Amino acid sequence: MKIDRLALCGNWILARFPLAKVWNEHMTHYYAPRNFNFWYFFGSLALLVLVNQFVTGILLTMNYKPDAKLAFDSVEYIMRDVHWGWLIRYMHSTGASAFFIVIYLHMFRGIMYGSFKQPRELIWIFGMLLFVCLMAEAFMGYLLPWGQMSYWGAQVIISLFSAIPVIGDDLSLWVRGDYVVSDATLNRFFAFHVISVPLVLVMLVFLHIVALHEVGSNNPDGIEIKKYKDEKGIPLDGIPFHPYYTVKDIVGVAVFLIFFATVIFYMPEMGGYFLEHANFIPADPMKTPEHIAPVWYFTPFYAILRAIPDKFAGVIGMGGAIVVLFLLPWLDRNPVKSIRYRSGVYKKALLLLVISFIGLGYLGTQPATPELTMFARILTAVYFGFFLLMPIYTRWEKTKPVPQRVTEQHSFEEQLHTLEEQLPALLDEITELKQGTTSEIGDPAFRSSFFSRRPNAEGIINVMTRVAKKLKESLD
Amino acid sequence: MKLITTLLLLLTLSVGTQASESVKLQEANIDLTDKVSLLRGAKHFVTYCLGCHSAKYMRYLRIALDTGVDEKTVLDDIAPVGASIYDQLKSAMNKHDAEKWFGTQPPDLSLIARSRGADWLYSYLKSYYIDPSRPFGANNLIFEDTAMPNPLWQLQGEQHAVQRKTIWGEYAQLVLDEPGKLSEKEFDLMVNDLVNFLVYVGEPVQQERQSMGKYVLAFLGLFLVIAYLLKKEYWKDIHKAIK
Repeated sequence: MKIDRLALCGNWILARFPLAKVWNEHMTHYYAPRNFNFWYFFGSLALLVLVNQFVTGILLTMNYKPDAKLAFDSVEYIMRDVHWGWLIRYMHSTGASAFFIVIYLHMFRGIMYGSFKQPRELIWIFGMLLFVCLMAEAFMGYLLPWGQMSYWGAQVIISLFSAIPVIGDDLSLWVRGDYVVSDATLNRFFAFHVISVPLVLVMLVFLHIVALHEVGSNNPDGIEIKKYKDEKGIPLDGIPFHPYYTVKDIVGVAVFLIFFATVIFYMPEMGGYFLEHANFIPADPMKTPEHIAPVWYFTPFYAILRAIPDKFAGVIGMGGAIVVLFLLPWLDRNPVKSIRYRSGVYKKALLLLVISFIGLGYLGTQPATPELTMFARILTAVYFGFFLLMPIYTRWEKTKPVPQRVTEQHSFEEQLHTLEEQLPALLDEITELKQGTTSEIGDPAFRSSFFSRRPNAEGIINVMTRVAKKLKESLD
Repeated sequence: MKLITTLLLLLTLSVGTQASESVKLQEANIDLTDKVSLLRGAKHFVTYCLGCHSAKYMRYLRIALDTGVDEKTVLDDIAPVGASIYDQLKSAMNKHDAEKWFGTQPPDLSLIARSRGADWLYSYLKSYYIDPSRPFGANNLIFEDTAMPNPLWQLQGEQHAVQRKTIWGEYAQLVLDEPGKLSEKEFDLMVNDLVNFLVYVGEPVQQERQSMGKYVLAFLGLFLVIAYLLKKEYWKDIHKAIK
């Protein structure tokens, strides 16, 4: 009787709302390529972190006070006196950094496998808009603890607007709501951080996913699985997203949470990168810290800003570093999507991009000495070179033949298995067996059976050259 | 490729030269499980620091709860006379006087260990030396021209700075002129207790956090195993279909 009622209730809703249709379209009848690898975890992980930020953020607002006089104290109140407040706060602060780690890897995946190319340009554009929103969200959120770095970081970044000719000064005044960063700034940043930007973020995530599900996911081979369908119209290389990728993503979630929890419980400051040391001093408009550095996820762009001598040009450069990413689908002229079938030129260029991005990220955390500024200039040139020279070097690329169907890759278990098989031979190669000398063994009875393994220089060099050769080959 | 390697090499070199410029800090021995050390540190804090510095995010009650000592002992042995167990560790000195006397208000020390680090505090408190040019007759190697007079000079004794020259350059060293009430070892221990307490005050929950972490990670490890087995089970069909 009871079950019948429940079923009736369910039917009543289903007759009026397309719940089953939406579920089918986006989960059980959404066919994703079956060859997703490690890189494809980061989309779902980004969603997980977004939810984490929402839940912990809402809980934080219940005790946080957006008031220049009370903000710093209220954060410490959360850390010390609110039950589980410390955990919620660390989940939020670590979540912010985790968000950028996940998003940077997600974007890199897109660049690596050409996921931004036709017909997925719009997904990339929505994704880039998400990235810009996320940066705004993180920047405004960072002011809220009202520590020295919050204050002076905001001061430096907002003053960048004043570099714009003619309207600059008025514009930065309008953004701040005061002549310096103050209570007015804190209040409006709070409003943006908890309401406006999150709303835009959710909307863009929705658009990002709708656009993705319209054209279908790309894959590590960079081929369209929709070209080959069976008689029912299901892609031959596609598998239902649910349950196959939902169960797979749960494994990714578990691994991610292990890292996430390790940071939260054992290193919430992450050596001053996730929570900067100077931010444990309350904001003081009269005392400028010796060295102002933004949080790590902004440092690549900050390094570009500082590398360019003129302030306005620096602002243009920093903005340009993000704008070129938007243009990526039209800068890359090569129709081959996946890095697996692209030329050595492109692989080397991509490696240079990674080096320049990480290098700039490091330089952004350091004080600007003349030598370091020179490095930042070189790396800035490399970064822009990757994008702006793309229309040229992607044209005369010698690509490899692209397969028609998705290729088989060795699974994680198989790789482990081969490693296990090769390990004894490898150990044999890098060490040599030596009979112990008499001086090492006291008792003559052991002498005949005493052998020791020692590192073998020649073997080690052989193995290292082999690895180096393999690495070089993988770049060709 | 060659260009990249040279660039990276140069980068590491330039980082190396930068690091050598800063003053070398002495290492504090931080052990928050040592409750007795924390209590000694709390006592030293109230005796030598609380006159000017507050630790306003901390209450006496929290010290009692976290160290497992009963409230009465904390009030009798640590808190100043007349304090209530619910009181925060607030200094009696007012802002106006402080500015008149020291030129600046002494900072609240609740979070000092998180902004400066334990080793810095340990080295700082040990690195005072006599300098008649300063208003209070003392200067500091770690924090030059510090506004704070040396509160521990009676315990440590008086030190003066000597310039030493080596092949790596000049550096200053402190020499004890007149021993104080404590021997060098006793003084080190005392400063260490104080810094240990400040590290605890910076984040009172850190011990609980770390002990909880073990269980969370153990659970997640188990969850990973189950999730992985579940995935393997489901994906059997896919692997079968391919073969």
